[in-house]
Amino acid sequence: MTLRWPDIFFARSKGNGEELPPFGRAVGVVTALLFLSLVFSFAFYRLQYGWDWGAVYRYRRMFLAGWLVTLAISGASLMASLVIGLGAALAQRSSFLPLRYLGKLYIELIRGTPLLVQILVFFYVVADAFGIGNRYLVGALTLALFAGAYISEIIRAGIESVGESQLESARAIGLTRRQTYRFVIYPQVMRRILPPLAGQFASLIKDSSLLSIIAVNEFTLNAQQVNAFTYSTMESYLPLAVGYLALTLPISLLSRYLEGRYHYAS
Amino acid sequence: MRLRLAGVVKRYNGQTALDGVSLQLSDARSLVLIGPSGGGKSTLLRVLAGLEMPDQGSVEIDGEPLIYSEPNLLRHRRGIGTVFQSFNLFPHLTALENVTLPLIQAHGYEKGPAREYAMELLKRFQLEAHAGKKPFELSGGQQQRVAIVRAVAVKPRFLLFDEPTSALDPEMTAEVLDIIAELRGEGRELVLVTHEMGFARRVADHCLFLSAGKIVESGPAQQLFSEPQTAELQGFLGRVLKY
Repeated sequence: MTLRWPDIFFARSKGNGEELPPFGRAVGVVTALLFLSLVFSFAFYRLQYGWDWGAVYRYRRMFLAGWLVTLAISGASLMASLVIGLGAALAQRSSFLPLRYLGKLYIELIRGTPLLVQILVFFYVVADAFGIGNRYLVGALTLALFAGAYISEIIRAGIESVGESQLESARAIGLTRRQTYRFVIYPQVMRRILPPLAGQFASLIKDSSLLSIIAVNEFTLNAQQVNAFTYSTMESYLPLAVGYLALTLPISLLSRYLEGRYHYAS
Repeated sequence: MRLRLAGVVKRYNGQTALDGVSLQLSDARSLVLIGPSGGGKSTLLRVLAGLEMPDQGSVEIDGEPLIYSEPNLLRHRRGIGTVFQSFNLFPHLTALENVTLPLIQAHGYEKGPAREYAMELLKRFQLEAHAGKKPFELSGGQQQRVAIVRAVAVKPRFLLFDEPTSALDPEMTAEVLDIIAELRGEGRELVLVTHEMGFARRVADHCLFLSAGKIVESGPAQQLFSEPQTAELQGFLGRVLKY
């Protein structure tokens, strides 16, 4: 079959799947990038703006320091949120009812309120009352509590995705409840929740920018300060976008890769 | 096996699955349960497997009453081998690991001997080439044969089969039934729920016909199939043997 030139832009359906023309993927990506850069080139071209990268460049250390703080806080709160999320997921399945409803309440409260409010309440009210003054610690913990609620739902869905028939099979071969969790549920849940967990981690990194309101010197706050010193708004915030993208893009790619791998093994 | 059931009742959310089942068998090596879907066959098998607690009545196997406490049920389940309709292998484990998991975790085997012993059994059932494969890489018949190996491996007092071929095509059905017949030939005791009437007739010492949660007819297989006494069994056999 001969290809006419517009065909290179289209995927053809083939049975239930689809087939890409040769180089179709590359052509598609390049065209999409071209389109985006056209739009933004035009927009920036029309902008009456005196670019001054020099002023911002002098503060490059501040960007780097903020970026590293964001990385550290995100990493620490990811670890903590995994523990909290697992605890809340198990609490929701507990036979001790007050614990079960504490878990449900926690999840609904956290998921139903803005992170901004949670940060303010935890820092100015809860942490203050308990005498925790370190804003980095409070910031990481608040983020962990926030992400933990979402992670707990991911874990709960993972546990529930292990079919009833498998639990019955585990009972039939004489595994105890603990053994069933350890040898049947846990290994399968781990595989299934990795892709959504990676996505959650990407959100966590971006959400950490809100810690700027309690004066944690992370990436966003530092960019705001550079802007205040230099009055170079664009030059201060564009590196911010690039810095976050450098963290979230690899995670997003990893998540896609894991999804593909899980798909194969199911 | 000696089996004594007295007035066993099991209800699920108001639906009566077993409606006062009583039975006394002194020496049946293979017991086959037949009857229409929803008649209570699988529920009765699950009660014997220790997976379901009856709401009323008592069960006695080989003179031992079944006591419904979790530690006791756990011991009971470890002593028997149950095979399900939908194979129920663990999808994240290889065929070999599926067999060794109960050996190591529930029967005190060390890892090495468990693997050796499981390989030996897989070889016996012509499955050694599939030992390293995960269930999704196996055909339905192969999966069910691995599930049977898993059940046999623990040296159970008896085997329970819950419609083991209902999810298989005729060719795979044959390969699974061959194994069950072979186990029967070795003198293994078994209880089988099946819709394969020809096979039921061949392997059963004793046969029960259950309908609407009750044992409608009970007797030696030969007698049940050749001279059905009740209109219900006559109707049932007429329907299932029509094609």
